[in-house]
Amino acid sequence: MLTIASLKKGQRAIIKEFSVDVVPLKLLEMGCLPGNEVHLVQTAPFQDPLYLNINGSHLAIRRETASKIEIELI
Amino acid sequence: MAKQINVALIGNPNTGKTSVFNRLTGLNQKVGNYPGITVEKKQGIYKYGRGRKVHILDLPGTYSLNASSVDENVVIELLLNKNDKDFPDVAVVVADVENLKRNLLLFTQIKDLGIPTILAINMADRMKRKAITLDVQLLEEKLKTKIALISSRKNEGFDNLKDLIENYATLSTKPSLNASRIAPEYFDRLRKAFPQQDLYKLWLVITQDVNFGKLDRQEFKGIASFKTESVSNLKRLQQKETVARYQFINETLKETLHIDVENAKDLRSRLDRVLTHKIWGYVIFFGILLLIFQAIFDWSSYPMDFIDTTFASLSEWTKTTLPPGDFTDLIAEGIIPGLGGIVIFIPQIAFLFLFISILEETGYMSRVVFLMDRIMRRFGLSGKSVVPLVAGTACAIPAIMATRNIENWKERLITILVTPFTTCSARLPVYLIIIALVIPDDRVLGIFSLQGLTLMFMYLLGFGAAIFSAYILDKVLKIRSRSFFVVEMPNYKIPLPKNVLITVVEKTKAFVLGAGKIILAISIILWVLASYGPGSFNDAESIVRQQFASENLNEEEIAMHVDSYKLENSYIGKIGHAIEPAVRPLGYDWKIGIAIVSSFAAREVFVGTLATIYSVGSEEEETIKNRMAAEVNPVLGTPLFNFASGVSLLLFYAFAMQCMSTLAIVKRETNSWKWPMWQLVVMSAIAYVVALAAFQFLK
Repeated sequence: MLTIASLKKGQRAIIKEFSVDVVPLKLLEMGCLPGNEVHLVQTAPFQDPLYLNINGSHLAIRRETASKIEIELI
Repeated sequence: MAKQINVALIGNPNTGKTSVFNRLTGLNQKVGNYPGITVEKKQGIYKYGRGRKVHILDLPGTYSLNASSVDENVVIELLLNKNDKDFPDVAVVVADVENLKRNLLLFTQIKDLGIPTILAINMADRMKRKAITLDVQLLEEKLKTKIALISSRKNEGFDNLKDLIENYATLSTKPSLNASRIAPEYFDRLRKAFPQQDLYKLWLVITQDVNFGKLDRQEFKGIASFKTESVSNLKRLQQKETVARYQFINETLKETLHIDVENAKDLRSRLDRVLTHKIWGYVIFFGILLLIFQAIFDWSSYPMDFIDTTFASLSEWTKTTLPPGDFTDLIAEGIIPGLGGIVIFIPQIAFLFLFISILEETGYMSRVVFLMDRIMRRFGLSGKSVVPLVAGTACAIPAIMATRNIENWKERLITILVTPFTTCSARLPVYLIIIALVIPDDRVLGIFSLQGLTLMFMYLLGFGAAIFSAYILDKVLKIRSRSFFVVEMPNYKIPLPKNVLITVVEKTKAFVLGAGKIILAISIILWVLASYGPGSFNDAESIVRQQFASENLNEEEIAMHVDSYKLENSYIGKIGHAIEPAVRPLGYDWKIGIAIVSSFAAREVFVGTLATIYSVGSEEEETIKNRMAAEVNPVLGTPLFNFASGVSLLLFYAFAMQCMSTLAIVKRETNSWKWPMWQLVVMSAIAYVVALAAFQFLK
C-alpha cells in the first residue's frame, strides 16, 4: 500500500479516500482532504515527523499518521 | 447611552488574530484565566463613536468548532451558551489572505450558528507582492457577510472594521451553506425533535459531547437519544460535513480568489531548506538556545545587580530614617527585601519572553517542534519543552512561565513539573562552595579539573533527573489529551515590535501580580521566623557578652556572635534543632538544618545563613569555606563537611524543591495548589532518600 509515509522528498501524489476511524478529523480540517495534492517538503532526522505541503497547507505530521493515508503518485 | 457591544475575536492559529486584538485595544487589555482551567482569557475594550464601548474577547485559536483540546473547547462552550455574559453580539473571524481556504472552514461553521459574523482578512498588504487578487464584493455575497480587508502590520483597514462592528445589526445571520444535506434524514429528525433550536447548534452539542465530554446542558434535554448513532457513524458524518464545507469553499474561492502560483514561490522554501535541515537546523537551533541562555544568564545579571543594590540601599535608608522598632524592622528587613526578591526576576522574565515571542511571531517555533518532536515525545514532552528546559538552567521561574506556549496540557504539565530539576543559577553558589570543600583540587588525565567535572556532573544530573521524571510522569499521569500530532508550519513573518512588547509587559505583569504576592508573603514569614524567637532570644546581647567576657572581643566581633546566637535561638533556629534528628542520617547538623530551612526562600540563601551561624560576618567564599572546613561532626568526631556529607548535600540540593518562588509560579500556571504541593512533597522525598543513601553508603 502506497501511503504518505512512503513519499520521497520532492515527490507529488494525490490523497485517496481514508477513514476517520484511524485519521483524526483535525487533519481533515487543516486541509488534508481526499483528492488533494500532497508533496513532501522535508523530513526530520529518523524520517519522522514529515513536513508536507497539501494543496498549499503546510503541515507536519508523524510517520505513524502518515502511514494511514493512502496516496496515488502523479 | 447605548449598550456595550460584545465582540468575539475568532480565528485559526497563525492568522495574526492577536495582532488584530492588540491593534484594536492597545494596552487596554486584561489577561486572566477561564475559571477552573488553565486557558488564558484575554479581553480588552475600545471606545467608538459617541462613547460607545466595544468589549473584545480574544478567543483561543482554533481550526474548527470540533474541539480536541481544552483551549478549543472554550470557544465552543461560549458560542453555545447564549446566557454567558461574554456571548458575542457579533463575531469577527480573522483570516489570513494566504490561507483563506482553510480559514473559511471555521467561518462557515460560525455563520451556521446564526451569529452576525464579520470576516476580517488580515495581511492584505501582502496581496500585491504575492500577486493575489480577491473579488471582495462577490465573496461577501457568496458568504453572506461583510468583509474588512485589514493589515495589522501597516495598521490599515481598522476604521472600516470598527464601522462594521458598530453596525453589526445589519449583518445577515443566514448560514453560508446548508450543511445538513450531508444526512437529510438524520437532520430532519433532529429538527422535529427540537423545533426551537438552531440545527447546527444541536449538531455541535451532539458531536461535542461525544468527542469531548459532557457538560450540563439544561436547554438540550432529551438530546441524548440522538447520540445513539454509533460514535464511528457520527465521526463519518463529521468527515462528510468537513468535506462538504470545503467543497463549498473551493467553489466560492474559484470565482473570487486568484493566486498567481509562479509568484507564490518565496522566501519560505529557501528558509525552510536551512532551518529544518537535518544538520544545519539543529546547529542554528542550538545557536539560538545559546543566545537565549547568554541573555538570561549574563545580560540579565547587570539589571539584577542594580536591583539588588537598589533594594539593599533602600532597606538601609529606611532603617536609618524611620524611628527604630519592630515596625521599621518589618519594613526594612521583611517587606523591602521581599519586594526586591520579586523584582529581581523581572530582567530574566523579560529577556526570555522577548526571545520566545520573537520565535513565535516569526513562525520559527513550529520548526523547533518539527525538529525536536521525535526526541522529546519519548519522554512525554513537546518539541517546545526544549526552551523551558534550557531556560531552567538559568532560572525555573521564567522557564515555567514559558510553558504557556505548549498547547497540549499534559505535555505542558509534565514540563512544568520537571523543569525545577534542571540546575538553576541559584544552586550554583551552593554547589561551588561544597565542591570546593569536599572534592579534591586534582586533575584527571592531567587536564580536567576534578572539581570542574563534578560541577558538570551536577548539571547533567539535573537534566537527567528532568528527562527521567518526565518519562515516568508520562506513564503515570492519567490525563485526557490529544494523542495525535498535527502542526501547522506557518509562513515566516517579521515580528511586530508592538506584539513583542505587549507579550513582555504582559508576562512581567502576570508574574509580579500573580506569583509576587505569594513570594512576598512567604519571605515575610521566613523573615519573622528568623528574626524573632522565644525565651533567651531576647536576651541574646547580654548572654553573649557574658559568655565572651574573658575573650576581649571588639564590638564588631561581639555583634557577629550576637547575630549567630539570635539565629540559633530564633524560631527558625528552633526548627533547625527540631529537624536535626531527621537530617543527622544525611550527615548534617542543626546548623545545616537551619540553612536548609531558611534557603527555602531561595537556594543561594544557604551560604549566607551558614555565614551568619558561624558568625563569620562576611559572605566572602574563602572565609566561609575555611570556617566550614573547621566544623566537626558532633557524633562522629570527623570533619562535618567531608566527602560523604558533601556529596549528600550536593544531591539534596540537586533534587529538593528548595524555592518558594517556583512553587508560587507553578501555582499560578496550573491554577491550583495541587501541583506545587505535589512537587514539593515528591521532590523533597527524592532529595531526602538520595542524600540519605549517598551518606550512608559513603561514610
